[in-house]
Amino acid sequence: MFTQLIITGISIGSLYALMALAMSIIYKTSHTPNFAQGEMAMISTFVAFALQTTYQFPLGIALLGALLFSLILGVVIEFCFLRRAKNPTIVDLIVMTIGIQLIIQGIAGWKWGAEQKDFPFLDLDSQLVHFGDVVISHLNILTIGTSLVLMLLLYLFFQHTRMGTAMRATQQNEVAAKINGIRVNRIKAFTWGISSFVGAVAGLFFAPISTLDPYLMWEPLIKGFAAAVLGGMTSLGGAVLGGYLLGIIENLFGAYISLEFKSTVAFVIIVLVLWFRPSGLFAKHYQRKV
Amino acid sequence: MSTAPLLKINNIETYYDLLLAVNGVSLSVESGKITAILGSNGAGKTTVLRTIMGLLDDQPNKGTIEFDGTRIDGKETEDIVRRGISYIPEGREVFPELTARENLLMGGFIRKNKNEVNSDLQKVYEYFPVLAEREKQLAGTLSGGQQQMLAIGRALLNRPRLLLMDEPSLGLSPLLVKEIFAIIRTINEAGVTIILVEQNANMALGIAHDGVIMENGRFVRSGTAAALLEDKDVQEFYLGGGESEDSVKGYQRWKRKKRWR
Repeated sequence: MFTQLIITGISIGSLYALMALAMSIIYKTSHTPNFAQGEMAMISTFVAFALQTTYQFPLGIALLGALLFSLILGVVIEFCFLRRAKNPTIVDLIVMTIGIQLIIQGIAGWKWGAEQKDFPFLDLDSQLVHFGDVVISHLNILTIGTSLVLMLLLYLFFQHTRMGTAMRATQQNEVAAKINGIRVNRIKAFTWGISSFVGAVAGLFFAPISTLDPYLMWEPLIKGFAAAVLGGMTSLGGAVLGGYLLGIIENLFGAYISLEFKSTVAFVIIVLVLWFRPSGLFAKHYQRKV
Repeated sequence: MSTAPLLKINNIETYYDLLLAVNGVSLSVESGKITAILGSNGAGKTTVLRTIMGLLDDQPNKGTIEFDGTRIDGKETEDIVRRGISYIPEGREVFPELTARENLLMGGFIRKNKNEVNSDLQKVYEYFPVLAEREKQLAGTLSGGQQQMLAIGRALLNRPRLLLMDEPSLGLSPLLVKEIFAIIRTINEAGVTIILVEQNANMALGIAHDGVIMENGRFVRSGTAAALLEDKDVQEFYLGGGESEDSVKGYQRWKRKKRWR
């Protein structure tokens, strides 16, 4: 029973981890708490849904199309909205991302309607594997596996490529990046693209265990946000660990304490973290120059 | 050498909002020389450098800047760097959470030829052996002097033709300042033209070929370094000594001269 809870906790936790990762990547580079992250993932999932069911493309093409769409969406949002703001304050940025969130939600509702749809893009949730008395669905395995691979790729990208290093450099000191010829605006747009991509992967894996509607990603967004706060918002590794931790804690809480209040665990965790470790569990302390 | 100047600034004006920080400054820098810009705090020296680099939005408000015959005012900083001007800002501005080596390699970001970048990296390690020892250390954990070396090394990896240095001696021990100035001279002898902004007028004029003195957003004196070192007013105000008893009187005289201009 306990092992079972841990395993399903890790599975949902990896989705939270992806959302947290997506938000942290953007927060680090453009200091924007991106409340539109969930909706960006949601509409990308809808694109996959439309490609598969409405336009009858094969699944692989639908998924690739959705991921490509998410990349472009991120770049476009950065280019059209955030770059236009001159010296925005954090409140301006929050209001702007909430605005983007509402716009995307509106578009999705107008195009696909607010009713709930089934999007079992692979019929994997019902196929089970037994390990002793622990049962894992194929979807769980695929979710955990894919997110681990994606995180590994992101790690390698950020740590060991020229572009990744340039992105980290931009995060740490924009002026210094500029005077070394790194095109800061392009880096930011690209960051939004990557982050949107990561979020979309989470959306695609969340849709089969939920129902597809314009509010699909509301819960994962909040949970991802909590996980990111848990990890300190600026530590990518921390965000990932925060996601897994939150998934497991939430699952155990739901089973042993109260199923009704399962969803509130995330908020309790945010409050506790802000109380005891305001900079997050894993944040490193470097003073940012003003 | 009477060729066209490498950098030619014509009568630029730079504003911070409504505040006029640089008021009609002109300067020509000849290729291969070190030009020192001296002046007290708030004179506008750093602003001149930042204007050249295009770091201030929509500035210069008036005037033109030409580098190697092409206008660069109004261009993006990223393009100005690619044309061959590098900038070492005041206070180092390294990437604190990248290693020393990664910091230096970011200096080579704009260059295509990896082998050349690597050989330049080795050259920087020759200039500053301590950076080679600490290449795996995060830049934020290096000492101030090492960070300054890192900032200089990173700018050299841009392989600039013109290097703008903003107070390389700030906050360093006298011994280290000497070392850094020796390296500035070596860099210049290797063919890099340098504009050096300094408070330490003695040191700066010691290695510079030409100098200008800036006050309240204007250049109030210019000449060869030797001539400036001889100048009575410069001696009194920037080098110390001179007729210190008359300083109040002297100050007035300085003001009066400025009004004639």
